[in-house]
Amino acid sequence: MEIDDQKQQQLEAPAAVPEGFNTDYLRVYYDGKHPGCDQSYVGRREFSFTLENDIYLRFQSFDSAAELESSIKEKCPFKIDIGPVYSVDPSKRHAYAQSGNNVFVPVERELIFDIDISDYDDVRYCCSGADVCSDCWPLMTIAIKILDTSLRDDFGFSHILWVYSGRRGVHCWVCDSRARKLSNEQRAAIADYFRVYKGGENALKKVSLAGPVLHPFLARSYMDVLKTFFEDRLLLSQQLFSSERCQKILDLIPDENVASEVHDKWQGNRRSSVSKEDVNVTRWEQLKTTLQSGKHKGLRRCVEEIVFSYTYPRLDMEVVFVFQLIPVTVMILILQLFRLYHRYGP
Amino acid sequence: MEIVRSHRQVAAAAAAAGGGGGAGALPTYKAAPQLEVRLEEFELFAIDRLRVLKGISDGLSRGKRPEEMEKLVSELWKTHMRHQDPAETLNKDIVSHFVLRLVYCRTEELRKWFLSMETTLFRYRFRLESPESQRMLMTEFQLPYKALPHSEFEAVKDKLSQVARSIGQSANVEHVFFKVPFEEVPDLVASRRVFLSKGYAYVAMSQVVSLVVTQFRCNISKALALTNRKWTATIKEQEKDRLTPIVEALSNAYFGPDYSQPKDAVDISLKDIDQLAKSSFPLCMRHMLDKLRENHHLKHGGRMQFGLFLKGAGLKLEDALAFWRAEFSQKIGSERFDKEYAYTIRHNYGKEGKRTDYTPYSCQKIISATPGVGDHHGCPFRHFGEENLRAALNKMGVGGHALEEIMDKVKNRHYQVLYFIAIGLTEQYDIPELTGLSGIMKYTASLHINL
Repeated sequence: MEIDDQKQQQLEAPAAVPEGFNTDYLRVYYDGKHPGCDQSYVGRREFSFTLENDIYLRFQSFDSAAELESSIKEKCPFKIDIGPVYSVDPSKRHAYAQSGNNVFVPVERELIFDIDISDYDDVRYCCSGADVCSDCWPLMTIAIKILDTSLRDDFGFSHILWVYSGRRGVHCWVCDSRARKLSNEQRAAIADYFRVYKGGENALKKVSLAGPVLHPFLARSYMDVLKTFFEDRLLLSQQLFSSERCQKILDLIPDENVASEVHDKWQGNRRSSVSKEDVNVTRWEQLKTTLQSGKHKGLRRCVEEIVFSYTYPRLDMEVVFVFQLIPVTVMILILQLFRLYHRYGP
Repeated sequence: MEIVRSHRQVAAAAAAAGGGGGAGALPTYKAAPQLEVRLEEFELFAIDRLRVLKGISDGLSRGKRPEEMEKLVSELWKTHMRHQDPAETLNKDIVSHFVLRLVYCRTEELRKWFLSMETTLFRYRFRLESPESQRMLMTEFQLPYKALPHSEFEAVKDKLSQVARSIGQSANVEHVFFKVPFEEVPDLVASRRVFLSKGYAYVAMSQVVSLVVTQFRCNISKALALTNRKWTATIKEQEKDRLTPIVEALSNAYFGPDYSQPKDAVDISLKDIDQLAKSSFPLCMRHMLDKLRENHHLKHGGRMQFGLFLKGAGLKLEDALAFWRAEFSQKIGSERFDKEYAYTIRHNYGKEGKRTDYTPYSCQKIISATPGVGDHHGCPFRHFGEENLRAALNKMGVGGHALEEIMDKVKNRHYQVLYFIAIGLTEQYDIPELTGLSGIMKYTASLHINL
């Protein structure tokens, strides 16, 4: 694959999306290779373009990668969305509408997950909404680690693409042919397999890990990733046990008596030593000791529940229905180009 | 199936026909049996089976656990379907199923309901069968899964034990496992009741029910679509003097009002919404309206549940678009609204895509929703924590003794009836906000009692 000189220079600064958005930039950016498509159904894949002045074109389809490329160069869309592969060419759908049956239906679509950093607002104090910093972005990276491992080891998928969604999170695209053929019900089942955080805005305790032991998937996630991340990074970077914030943790303990027992222990610290150890670490250790002392049978999994509450991936449960369009920002194309650059060299 | 007025053949024929199961007790309804059925039986058998299905529907709405459902199904079957002569039972079983297929094949909503109830019925009847009978049924469903060979079993034994324990079962009890592609057992995957490795689920014999039921569901679903085509194409006309009136009467008598054409309700318009919310909306809808006004946004689950409710209450498409646009545009601008959300609203009204005219959700569906982060849909009686529910009810004007009665019902998970108790009790205790039920409220009432 060729990468010309001009593009090489742009690739050096992949994160730069110019302020004054000029369609000429687009022409240049798009003058390269993008992910090749499987020829057998490329013509039935829906794309939608958002053009300058917010003109929105749906049901675009192309018979080849070259056609897609030239259409992009000609129209210079500011935003591209990718939809499913339909049973017939989307641009010819009206011809089939008369027959009355549902001939125009989506038939294949990658398995997609969406993780949004703003869904973690109740457990991060550094930022909120669309803001992200180096303290809270690791929540994304561990989410990726856990899901990626499970998609490969548990579900046997191998063609997995993770991309920054351009605003405040990541998208996961599973492109195995087995994944593309999944029904909505099967997609929902996978999403539910991953789901631990339950309950809408109005439920207080949202992670409930019943049972004497954890399912192997959760156990592996906890032991390999979440425990260390919580103990070594998150509780420090977010100061989870500071006086203003520790109450939130106590709220996750279902037994009020135990919660006050822990609270009292924490208060006791103040008077004692000038310990070198960070207060967050100390308090966490004390909490663990109390909860795991074996005295409180009902709280067997409470420590894990707390860790999961703060760190476990939160999937956007607006499960991807097959017909939805997913935005592909300019970033993804740049990322693709960037990858190619690294693979093939200058 | 021949419907005649004269004598009927004894059900020995039923057992011999394709409708029967291998073990004779649990039919799989693969093919319409070659039977002669009396016209009276046509209707009576169907009604009895419908009682069973309705009982199941009620049990599901109340959130009964699997063990309770199993008991319920057994009782319902005994009460309405069992006959002294097992051959007679089988006959009635098969006939009633096929008659109800005719009744419930005619619209998407009817098909969904019938499929759901028949599948549930089958699931629990299967659980009640003996192991040999279950094995024979598996074969009949052509589940080509072979039991895991010993060596493979040994390799994953620990993980299988771990899964068993994680779902509250004893470890090392099951020894027969099947290795099945995960796509085939979505419910087991979703609830993490199986060990997964490289795309395969390790399913215990006891879980095989799930496999069988998925197949059953698939078969019935296809059969319903086929029946619908046949009905529309030939049967309805052919039978217009005989069976058709019975079929139509059956579905009208038991399915309740047609939600897209409410008889008593007054169509609501845009300006009515806030006022009606205070006086007549169910708690779940009021809550979503409050949140929508507060955040100028609702996530997908909320948009569907609330949007369809408004539609069912008679809000016209233009008003609906104006309503949602007025709120959303305060957060994201009207252009983005038009681009990203208007389509779905028109879709719900049957103006896009498949052009299905969606109907509002039943309580059962709302209760069984699974709201996640940032969601406000679902049933407050089920999905709110205790404090939040109390607060919400207080805001509605329910307090004191009435409130305690409600919280007690919540503990016993009588979600669907709760809203009515709330209304009833508040009338009893004379809270002005809720007296004088409007037409909308009565209509909402009918929505809540559906099925």
